Amino acid sequence: MVILDEPTTAHEASSLRIREVTKTFVAAENTATSTRALSRVSLNVEAGEFVSLLGPSGCGKSTLLRLVAGLDRPDTGELLIGNVPITGPSAERGLVFQDPNLFPWLTVKRNIQAGLVARGVLHEKRHEVAEFMQLVGLDGFGDAYPHQLSGGMAQRVALARALINHPTVLLMDEPLGALDAFTRMRMQDEVLRLWTLRGMTTILVTHDIDEAIYMSDRIVVMTARPGRIDEIIPVTLERPRQRNHPDFLKLRGEILEHLHFAGQAPAEESP
Amino acid sequence: MTQLVHEPNRIVTPVAAPAAPGLLIRTLVTVPLAVAAAMVVQRMVARNESAAANHVYGSLLWGALAASFALSLLQRWWAGLRRWMVGMWPIVAAAIVTLTVWTSITSGFRWLPLPYFPSPASVLQSLVEDRELLFDSTWHSLLLLFGGYTTGVVIALVTGVCIGWFAPARYWGMPILKLLGPIPATAWIPLAMVLSPSQLVSGIGLIALSVWFPVTMLTISGIANTRASYLDVARTLGAGRAYLIFRVAIPAALPSIFIGLFMGLGTSFLTLVVAETVGVKSGLGWYLGWAQGWAEYGKVYAALLIMAGFFSTIMTILFKVRDRVLGWQKGVIKW
Repeated sequence: MVILDEPTTAHEASSLRIREVTKTFVAAENTATSTRALSRVSLNVEAGEFVSLLGPSGCGKSTLLRLVAGLDRPDTGELLIGNVPITGPSAERGLVFQDPNLFPWLTVKRNIQAGLVARGVLHEKRHEVAEFMQLVGLDGFGDAYPHQLSGGMAQRVALARALINHPTVLLMDEPLGALDAFTRMRMQDEVLRLWTLRGMTTILVTHDIDEAIYMSDRIVVMTARPGRIDEIIPVTLERPRQRNHPDFLKLRGEILEHLHFAGQAPAEESP
Repeated sequence: MTQLVHEPNRIVTPVAAPAAPGLLIRTLVTVPLAVAAAMVVQRMVARNESAAANHVYGSLLWGALAASFALSLLQRWWAGLRRWMVGMWPIVAAAIVTLTVWTSITSGFRWLPLPYFPSPASVLQSLVEDRELLFDSTWHSLLLLFGGYTTGVVIALVTGVCIGWFAPARYWGMPILKLLGPIPATAWIPLAMVLSPSQLVSGIGLIALSVWFPVTMLTISGIANTRASYLDVARTLGAGRAYLIFRVAIPAALPSIFIGLFMGLGTSFLTLVVAETVGVKSGLGWYLGWAQGWAEYGKVYAALLIMAGFFSTIMTILFKVRDRVLGWQKGVIKW
């Protein structure tokens, strides 16, 4: 497989810097009620690093991911890939949502091709479609329609569709959140395998502590109202990780305690 | 990984279980029995009908009898035909019984006033007698309908996509659409007759107008309601505006667009018949008015019969097109 030997170039270029980013959502019908989704958030992610954004609903982790994807613009602050500011969506930054969001009118194969068609390079890169289908274990399902797929299968298609553009940054917004526990664990291994193979900078939004520990180099714990970074926890456990290793469980306990503490003392949250 | 997916190629359709032999025979004899009854009734009322009508209707019944026997034989070796017959035969038999009842209350008991309620035999005779003019009228109607419908749909898709996608087009277009759209196309007939160079052009214009409104409205609603996340995904895949419109918004709007196409087809039939009755001097609508003018109600019913077949065939074709185009929706929406 040609694509797998191809080293991910531009290591420097795929590092991500988030500087003092603020984002406020104003309700359309009532300008008085605005939500501070993110308040002065700063974060550096190194090239090839796997970072999880962990926190309760409403802590702005999905908002932050949309800013990195370029789908929304921050009110203040800036986001840089390498030294280049993010001004809009780009095929360089692949995005996978919790809902696979496959185009229901396209077959699996055509969904995976979408990125090539959109960039007008289908003709020269057509051969990669089969390779990516194989990469995520979709052999033989090319002609199936999305409504015929199970949740895990659909999410594999979404992954392949994002990866076919060879993004240097992969953004995932609770991609495994809707899957059952067993499929979910299997898919975690799949994602890790793809990350190891392709070495892209990866940001995973999750509210599953085990998932964050199992997968990431660092866990960014966020808190809500206003959304901000509470703590950054490096995960130094050796890969491949064991879900039942004492160190794993110890770290899990610490994070739980930390979140619990954060939840019980709201006085500390708002200065 | 195979177990994660439902078999993609196996589409489960409820197939009628093979009928028990007794039931099959009982179903198969319904049609010959109904035809035989129709023949007896026709023989009894023959003196009240013209010789030509008796001859034509009699031939039809003999043909039906022969066909029912032939098919009953053929189904022994052809399972598809058997399934179709088991499904359709009761309906066919009921239709023949209805014709027979109609014969007895018109030619038989003469309960209904003539010439408004002719018997099936004389309707059929009118149909055969006037076949050339009827064929010509149907052809003209088809041309007019096709011209008007396609013109209307093409314009509607363009305006619908523009108004649905571009905010300025929406701002300026919606008031016009809301104001002029609900006017029935037939209300424009006085103007159309004055403005257009020929009856054909005014007919096509009126039909196009009647199709334009529903198709435009539903295209707008389909485009405007495209799931934002599909557009987000496409943009992160590197899609430009053309891809977003033609490969995301329009396919996503297709189910809604098809509802508009069906509504537009219904209004186009109406407009066609009215336009032909009032202005255009050809077509089934014109024939209908002409036959009525001569009090030839047999021909009126003949034209109605042709219309029923003509319009329902076109409707069926549109359904087939929809099933083809929206095949990906299988199991998502049923209507």
